[in-house]
Amino acid sequence: MLNRTADNVARATPEPLAKKIRGISDKGLAWLFISPTILLLLAINIFPLFWAIYLSFTNYRANRPNEVVKNLGLANYRRILGDQDIWIAMQTTAHFVFWTILLQTVIGFTLAWLIDRKFRGHAFWTTIILVPMMLSPAVVGNFWRFLYEPQIGLFAYAVSFLTGIPPTNVQMLSNVELAPWAIVIVDTWMWTPYVMLICLAGLRSIPEYIYEAAEVDRASNWRQFWSITLPMALPFIMLAVLFRGIENFKMFDMVNLLTGGGPGSTTEVASITLKRQAFESWRTGYSSAFAIILFVAVFGLANIYVKALNKVKQR
Amino acid sequence: MKSTLKLALGLASATLASTAVSNVAHAEDLTLCWAAWDPANALVELSKDFTKETGIGMKFEFVPWTNYADRFLNELNSHGKLCDLIIGDSQWIGGAAENGHYVKLNDFFDKEKISMDDFVPATVVGYSEWPKNTPNYWALPAMGDVVGWTYRKDWFSRPELQKEFKEKYGWDLAPPTTFDQLKQIAEFFQKRQIDGKTVYGASIYTERGSEGITMGAMDVLYSYGFQYENPKKPYEMEGFVNSEKSVKGLEFYKALYDCCTPPGASNSYMGEGVDAFKSGQVAMHMNFAFTWPGLQKDENVGGDKIGYFVNPKGPDGDQFAQLGGQGISVVSYSDKQESALKYIKWFANKDVQGKWWSLGGYSCLNSVVKDPKFPSSQPYAQAFLDSMAIVKDFWAEPSYAPLLQASQKRFHDYVVAGQASPKDALDGLVKDWTQVFQDDGKM
Repeated sequence: MLNRTADNVARATPEPLAKKIRGISDKGLAWLFISPTILLLLAINIFPLFWAIYLSFTNYRANRPNEVVKNLGLANYRRILGDQDIWIAMQTTAHFVFWTILLQTVIGFTLAWLIDRKFRGHAFWTTIILVPMMLSPAVVGNFWRFLYEPQIGLFAYAVSFLTGIPPTNVQMLSNVELAPWAIVIVDTWMWTPYVMLICLAGLRSIPEYIYEAAEVDRASNWRQFWSITLPMALPFIMLAVLFRGIENFKMFDMVNLLTGGGPGSTTEVASITLKRQAFESWRTGYSSAFAIILFVAVFGLANIYVKALNKVKQR
Repeated sequence: MKSTLKLALGLASATLASTAVSNVAHAEDLTLCWAAWDPANALVELSKDFTKETGIGMKFEFVPWTNYADRFLNELNSHGKLCDLIIGDSQWIGGAAENGHYVKLNDFFDKEKISMDDFVPATVVGYSEWPKNTPNYWALPAMGDVVGWTYRKDWFSRPELQKEFKEKYGWDLAPPTTFDQLKQIAEFFQKRQIDGKTVYGASIYTERGSEGITMGAMDVLYSYGFQYENPKKPYEMEGFVNSEKSVKGLEFYKALYDCCTPPGASNSYMGEGVDAFKSGQVAMHMNFAFTWPGLQKDENVGGDKIGYFVNPKGPDGDQFAQLGGQGISVVSYSDKQESALKYIKWFANKDVQGKWWSLGGYSCLNSVVKDPKFPSSQPYAQAFLDSMAIVKDFWAEPSYAPLLQASQKRFHDYVVAGQASPKDALDGLVKDWTQVFQDDGKM
């Protein structure tokens, strides 16, 4: 049936066109099929990247299109690397990335390990645990803002109930010491299930016979965990860390909704600084240079990390 | 059968014709862009008269204040045709004029005999002129606004509170005339139990994202002696922005934030201020005058319970207030400039301006605000008039956005986060602003 249809199509194709098609090699045909995707990629990914690299060497401002664009050489890069505020924003980002990844990995792996025990109702609890991950960051940011509200927020009342501190003194988003942790808590609450899911996949991929062999050798549960479970799940944990690391390095929505970078600049992560420079101060050239620096940093770190991941997998 | 066919054809033609007519009518509709706030609703009501008179329909694009600048500056910068008319913020005037976003209105004003002398001088300088204090007009003053204060008249008049206050501070509990008095009142009410509820001293601007904390801090700094630049040498800021008087002013603003604001009020601007006052949380409330008509009508805190006062004096007796408000401009990328100019001509009319005030807008026309009946026309009218007489505004330079971002950061870092000292904050501000003007080639 299929052959007959193909024959009919071939017969119906006008001779000049048929000749042309017959002349295309397999490689040519492959290029023909992937070219729309490549063109799309070039238009929306590669071209903007090269355009941003070009702009990063200029004083271009998107809000002044009629002004003469001057070539500044490396001046934007020098200014960024010498700007103390930028380094503070990078430190804030690093702090945020470190603590969120640490907490999410520890809690996520523990939850995965518990869920993997396959206790009664484990499927139900898995679904419940996954709920925060399914919510929109805009929704999560907004309702946590209300939860943290010192006069009416449940969080403040819960802390007050446990510690005796008056709820109006639990100012999670206004206090310089607490605000960074407020964001870490929300991000951990939202994304730990994601880490748990990847770790669970890792735990479920460990063949049962290895544990059976360990039982025969009378290895303790603790020994089994350190010698079998953890090493075999490690590539999955590392993968989760990579994904969360990249995501959190460019974290914007949650911070913007919860604190807007405040109080002061306490929670101003690199992406907030970048947005302010690009779309509020309209320093397009300067912010392009900053974006390139961030891109190179993430790209470089991710590459080193992937190499380490491959080594772990080969062991 | 034939007659049915004719009827169907007739109906179809009539439908097509009416669609065409309505399309023509819609093609003439003007779109006016502004912030989403109470005066915008008043303008919708007012503009119905314009449509009635001219047949030109009005569409409105209102954006919440937090996104207002981002949204419409993007629209102007991208030469978008969404807005035919725009009520742009006073600080945009320099950039909008120099980048060609607004139509220059001088010839139009001459032709239509619209004189800027008929408007409150501060609003002409603030909303229409660029360069400042030159007769180059890019907007018609549309909505006068200024930062002032509301207070709980009912609490202030309670005999037991008056007695306690007098004993503690030695003067009568009344609307403050100096910032020191304002702080004393705020301290007096902070965490006080009134009608079984804990109340707080004052709601002030602390917002970080757009312009909040700058508007609030400047409102105090001006009266303490802050100046943007050397009056004799433009762009010379050292010793003016970071003068000793300015340092004292910023120190005061932080002290007011630390002592007397509701818990968690670290990112508070117009909306949050209104909420704090309406919910009976605060005794005093700093906000733009546009919020006053709404508060006056509020069932819980309006009517006889609310009072208004002008921004108090600083330690040397200087008294200024932060200018708000906007002018209305014709967008140069609009295809309907002629109709848009018709709207401006109509809006400048004395009767229309009178109705504008009665609906809740703040007219800038002298004949409206200097009318002998004006001060008694609303309970807040006198405070508005007095406030408009002492206004000062933020930079209106084309680079106003980076200038504003710098002050937002420096003020929030110091006032809310308590980082560094007021001197460091203002020295840093001089450094940031100098960099902006150097980048612009102005220094």
